[in-house]
Parts: sequence; C-alpha cells; structure tokens
Amino acid sequence: MPNHHRTSTPLPPRFAMPSPFTWGVALVFLALFIQGVMATNLTLERLLRGGVNLVHFIGRAFPPDLADLDVLAWSMFETLNIAIVGVTIGVVLSLPFALLAARNTSPTPWIRSITRLMIATMRTIPDLIWALIFVVAVGLGPIAGVLAIVMDTIGFAARFFSERIEEVHPGPSEALSATGAGRLSVIGGAILPETLASMTATSLYSVEKALRSAVTLGLVGAGGIGVELAAAMRLFNYDRALTIILVILIVVIGFEQLSSQIRKRVI
Amino acid sequence: MKAISVHNLHKHYGQLHVLRGLTLEITRGECVILLGANGCGKSTLMRCLNGLTSHDQGEITILGDSLTHLSKPQLRQLRRKVGVVFQQFNLVQNVSVFQNVLYGAKGQQRFGLLASLACLATHELRERAMASLERVGLAHKAHADCRQLSGGQQQRVAIARTLMQDAEIIIADEPIASLDPKAGKEIMDLLLDVVSERRLTVLCTLHQLELAQQYGDRIIGMKAGQIVLDTPRQQVALATMQQLYQGDVRVDQISPPTVDNAALPTS
Repeated sequence: MPNHHRTSTPLPPRFAMPSPFTWGVALVFLALFIQGVMATNLTLERLLRGGVNLVHFIGRAFPPDLADLDVLAWSMFETLNIAIVGVTIGVVLSLPFALLAARNTSPTPWIRSITRLMIATMRTIPDLIWALIFVVAVGLGPIAGVLAIVMDTIGFAARFFSERIEEVHPGPSEALSATGAGRLSVIGGAILPETLASMTATSLYSVEKALRSAVTLGLVGAGGIGVELAAAMRLFNYDRALTIILVILIVVIGFEQLSSQIRKRVI
Repeated sequence: MKAISVHNLHKHYGQLHVLRGLTLEITRGECVILLGANGCGKSTLMRCLNGLTSHDQGEITILGDSLTHLSKPQLRQLRRKVGVVFQQFNLVQNVSVFQNVLYGAKGQQRFGLLASLACLATHELRERAMASLERVGLAHKAHADCRQLSGGQQQRVAIARTLMQDAEIIIADEPIASLDPKAGKEIMDLLLDVVSERRLTVLCTLHQLELAQQYGDRIIGMKAGQIVLDTPRQQVALATMQQLYQGDVRVDQISPPTVDNAALPTS
C-alpha cells in the first residue's frame, strides 16, 4: 500500500530555486543577446539574401577549375611544410617551458610564474595575430607562418605538457631522488617516461591544429595555400577557390585520419 | 662508528608536531624493526634519514656524516649510502624492469638526463643491474613492463634497485604492508638474506609483532614522535606491544623485561 510519509525527514525539493547570482547572470546574458541581434542587424530578410548569394557563389564555383592543380599542390605542400616545421620547433621548445611551469619540476616559484605567464601570452594571442606581427618583422612568406605556428604550438602544447607533468605520481620521482639522483636525472628517469605517451598524443593534435591554422595564415600573407585562396576569392575566381578548398579538405581530413590512427597505437 | 645516529630530532608539519625530540642510535650491521601505530611519525623519521624530508631541529648523523646543513651535491652523495624501500614500490611505469634496476645507479652517473633518455649506461652498470635482478630471482622478467608484475615481484625489483645503488643502509618503510602474508614473508626473507650477505644496516617498519621478532635483532617502538620502547627481540612482551598500539607505554615500564612471550603465537 503506498504510503506518502515513509520518512520522518522531508524529501529535498525536485527543483532548487536558482540563486540571485544565477538570475543575474541569466538576465545579463539575455540582454546582451537581444542587444546583439539588433546591433548586428540579424534579420530574416538579410539571411535570405545571404542564402541567395551563396547559391550564386556555388553556381559560379562549379565545375571546379582544375587547370593549375600542380601549382596548388605545391602551395598546399608549402602549407604542410609550415605546419610541420612550426610544430616540431614548437613542441621541442614546449618541453623546457612545461618543465619550468610545472609545480613539481620548476626550480623556484617565481620562475614558474614567469613561465606560466609567457605560455599564457602565447596562447591568448590568436595565431592570425602572431602571423600579422611576424609578417611585419620578417616580411611576407612562409617564415612568418612558421614563427606564428611555433608561438601557437608552445601556448597550446606547453600548457598541456605541464598539466600532465603535474599529474605524475610523486612516488617514483622520490625513489630516484632517494638514490642520490639529481633533478635532471629524476626528470629524465621518472617524469618523462610516464608522460611521453600523453605528450605524443598532444603533439599529434598540435600538428592537426597547426595544419588548419597554416591554411588560414596564408590569408594574411604568411605563405602557403591560404595566399592562393585569398587571391582567388579577391579576383572572383570562385571555381579556382573551390578547387583550393577541396584540396585543403582532402589533405586535412587525410592527416586527421592518419594522426588518430597513430594516437590509438600510442595510448 | 654508528650507522645511524639521531639526536633530539624535531619535525613539524604546520601545527602538527610529528617528531618530538627523538633520539636513536643504530650500530652497523644491526637489523632494527620499528613498530608503532599509524601517524606516530615512523614514516617521517624514515624520510628524514634519507633527506627526503628536512627536519626542523636536532642532529642526524649517517655513517659519521652529519645530514644537517649539507649542500645539494653533498646531500646526494650521502643519499647514495641510504637505500629506501617503499610500501608502494615506487617503480617507474612505462619502462622495463631492467631499466628500473639501472635507475638505482642514477646517483653514480653523470649527465643523468641524457643517460636515462638514451639508455647510455655503461656495460659494467648493465651487468651489475642484471646481477641484481638475478639475486632477487627476477632475471627472466628483465624485459617485462612493471605493470605486468605482481606486488611481490615489484617489491623485488625495488630491492634490486637498492642493491644497484650500493647502499650501506637500507630504510624500508612498511615494505610488506601492500602484500599478502606469503609474499610479505618472502620479501622479508629476501631482504634479510641480502642484508646479511652484504653486512648492511637495516631500519624497517612493520606492523606484525611476530615478524618483528623473527627478523629483527632489536625492536623499537614509537609513539607520538618519540621512542618509547627499545629492546632486544627476545625480551619484547605482548603486553607492551598492546600498549604501544593502544595505551601509554614507557621504556622504564618494560625494564627489567617481563617476558610474556608465552602469550605470543609461535611461528
């Protein structure tokens, strides 16, 4: 027989009343959203017109122009070069940054703070802005792209490396310290072996990420296939642009497949 | 010369006064078993003896050398003489059993970072590592991954690592607390065999009185950061042991010894 008062303690309510803070955040968010829709002039009419333009673009883009495929292949290859060189340098530099930034391997707290600040700066500034800065510094071309990727990779990989290093179980490191091993011995003997698999996975992910950003870096003149894409769009060669987009799609998807296969084996 | 000499040792963790004026002397070649309830400061004492934890006040002398006010290289030099066996074995995962034993020589190698990255150990070191593995009966597991080993086997590897270290003193902090009784006895047998072959000095914490009596030359009881019991193994009484783990006990209460061993389980 159902009994509605089986416990002497009252049951907790099914729905908790949101706190005043939650109400406040929700209201501010809603206000910003409505104001944003009005300010960006986001109307159904504009969206429809955009759709029509898109159909025009696609109509003019078909069939893709395969005339200069060898030239495009070479500039795609240059993009690949930028990504691989940039990521390799970036990952190699990430390791010392990560060791200096991790709580358990950093020599002093102030070195740790400075390193973390540097990594955060590299991460917070978007890759496109790094590319703009380096185009000013070293001129148009792939070197600016490589440098931008290096910065972006350190900001990303050093952070994940250092977080992984901090998660390492302290026992083995202590055991090595107890044998009289120095700091570098402990890092090489106990910390790197335990973090290597995860660092490899992070590095592979960095390559994927770098490949995607190397494509867009060309848009600001930092070399590679992005330069071709920007030119084709500006000259209304939509059929050529479509070919470029397809080439990018094939290479990026191919590389992501390859990298996820490697990752499966490593972890 | 005493192997270990501790005088008036104090250690605080924040507000917690863990070691309270502890004084202890251990002669060379002695096998001392340390008993005491959890939280009485046993592990802290063990860690202080290897310099893994620094003490606040008092004097520790290892084989005639003071552990106070040492530079880092001097401390590392001293640590090489004090091998530590941990409850959780503290082997480095992701490297082979053989490599873990080699790590015992880290304190003797220069350029430790490179040595561990590229496996640059000399032929002589590699031979010694294999000999240590043979001594603990695990030569056939040299290439195995540590995670494939049982707890008892992992502790054997840890003992091989201290053999590699060429330590003169072995500090074993509850070496069998994570093992089943059979594996625990095997490990204690192995440890004591190795110790008597090489005439090492041992300080080992245990929780089993019968094992303490079987293996120790001398039994020490600790309570609230002080030594409260210090007696040759024949003279320890069950009643005093019960007091050590529950009630109050003082050295003067058990001297002259009231032999109560009839109440003990004979093994």
